[in-house]
Amino acid sequence: MNLIRSDLWRWLCLALALVASVGFTQLAMAQADPEREMTTAAPAIDADQWRQVRSGETGANYRDSRADSNYNLINASGETWRQLRNRWVSPYGLIVVLGMAGVITLFYLIIGSKHLDEERTGKKLFRWSLFIRSLHWTVASLFIVLALTGLNLLYGKFVFRTLFGDAFWASMISGSKLLHNYLGPIFGILLVVLLLKLLKDNMPKKHDLEWFKKGGGLIGKGHVDAGFANGGEKAWYWLLATVGLLVIASGFVLDFPNYGQGRDTMQWANIIHAVGALGLTAVSLGHIYIGTLGTEGSLEAMTTGYVDETWAKEHHNLWYDEVKDQALSEEEVAAQKGTKGTGDTAPSQPS
Amino acid sequence: MAQMKFMCDAERCIECNGCVTACKNANDVEWGIQRRRVVTLNDGEADEMSISVACMHCDDAPCMAVCPTDCFYKTDDGIVLHDKDLCIGCGYCLYACPFGAPQFPQQNAFGERGKMDKCTFCAGGPAESKEEEYEKYGANRIAEGKLPLCAEMCSTKALLAGDAQEVADIFRQRVVHRGHEDGAWSNNQRASADNLAYDAARKG
Ligand code: SF4
Ligand code: SF4
Repeated sequence: MNLIRSDLWRWLCLALALVASVGFTQLAMAQADPEREMTTAAPAIDADQWRQVRSGETGANYRDSRADSNYNLINASGETWRQLRNRWVSPYGLIVVLGMAGVITLFYLIIGSKHLDEERTGKKLFRWSLFIRSLHWTVASLFIVLALTGLNLLYGKFVFRTLFGDAFWASMISGSKLLHNYLGPIFGILLVVLLLKLLKDNMPKKHDLEWFKKGGGLIGKGHVDAGFANGGEKAWYWLLATVGLLVIASGFVLDFPNYGQGRDTMQWANIIHAVGALGLTAVSLGHIYIGTLGTEGSLEAMTTGYVDETWAKEHHNLWYDEVKDQALSEEEVAAQKGTKGTGDTAPSQPS
Repeated sequence: MAQMKFMCDAERCIECNGCVTACKNANDVEWGIQRRRVVTLNDGEADEMSISVACMHCDDAPCMAVCPTDCFYKTDDGIVLHDKDLCIGCGYCLYACPFGAPQFPQQNAFGERGKMDKCTFCAGGPAESKEEEYEKYGANRIAEGKLPLCAEMCSTKALLAGDAQEVADIFRQRVVHRGHEDGAWSNNQRASADNLAYDAARKG
């Protein structure tokens, strides 16, 4: 009984195998036909697909096996960014910054600093509160650190690596990056506060136009009209309020890659950041020169908070007219500072 | 001297991710980083194609040109390597790289990038000892006379690695044998008049 059964099974299996093999042969023959194969095979990879890749297009049916990748296959804008940065921003940035330093040096050597025309009266006018002064110097120090570390990120490798060797260069450049990335946001926030505090003083007025026409007094004789802030100061203010804010905004984009912004965004942010920052660095050299070596009596405004009457009359005549009756003698100033300790409550700050 | 190159034959790649796994395994790459990826275009459509990408060890390497620390170097074999001791994780190499090769561990605050990591063509990197090299960069198979594991493991031999000339020769042979009007990945304007490869396939 069992024997018969197994025979039957064997027979059935054989029959099945035969039927199947006939089917397979047919299939194999169909595959051997090149014409039919052409119609069913996946189309070859051609120039259109290459163009699709180059265009950076990804589309709904794009897959990337990397877990968190949001990149296309070929980063076509990478080369544009490289050329912009290496061929334009780097060399021209250096020319602008060094050029500015050169012009200022020449100006100082040939024309020299601007001294007060008349004797100091010894009477003082209150100009900057302690709050503004502290803010100014904090922002200024941060600016200098950011400028130096930024310049190091752009140009350092051409100088310091060969000069100091790898080990020193490694800590120098990683220090630069850390300082730049962590101080940057602090600078940004403080600069915005400073800009807001000084907004009222820096609203453009009609006489500012005149100030520019006369090159701030360089062209022609006599002093030009200026209120609390002169045309040059206002220009620096508005440069910081526009370009400065752009630099800060693009800096935030670069500094926090954890928000998923793409490569392309960061490429543009980087170019804006570098161009803006190099421009500001160049102009800041002018600001630093005018505020220190360039003009007698200016620096003490930002250090002590007070200026001499003569300085006010010569550089900010309209402001002087408003506040001349509030002039204090040296002793009164000392007393003010002694009692209040801040100088903050000295005669009201005019606009 | 050899000029090492990868080449992925997109007509052979079946998106099995064997290369990705082989790389992870050979180099013990840290969590979250995947030096090789497989990209599929038009998935599920008739013209679907896949290609495996990692660092292509460019001749005129953009990463090298933009790195602020100048930490990249090219070996005699044309392999682009970098020094992790110098890298500051600025990400510039990623902005410039055509293939999205550089990757960054993100364990720090504010998404600050760690030291860049990328395919080394299984050639390790600068280090004092073998252990340190393996720890930082992964395997140095080149020093042992072996090619990158991804290509060695590729089941369809879509991914080729080796001297540029040899890789090119293999690919040229393939094109001739399977026939292709424009030689694959190119844009031969004279394709119809100049289809030698196509003819060769027809007659052979
Ligand atoms: S990291 Fe990118 S740019 Fe650099 S060699 Fe590799 S593929 Fe080229
Ligand atoms: S992330 Fe590292 S390797 Fe890449 S450009 Fe910056 S410093 Fe160079």
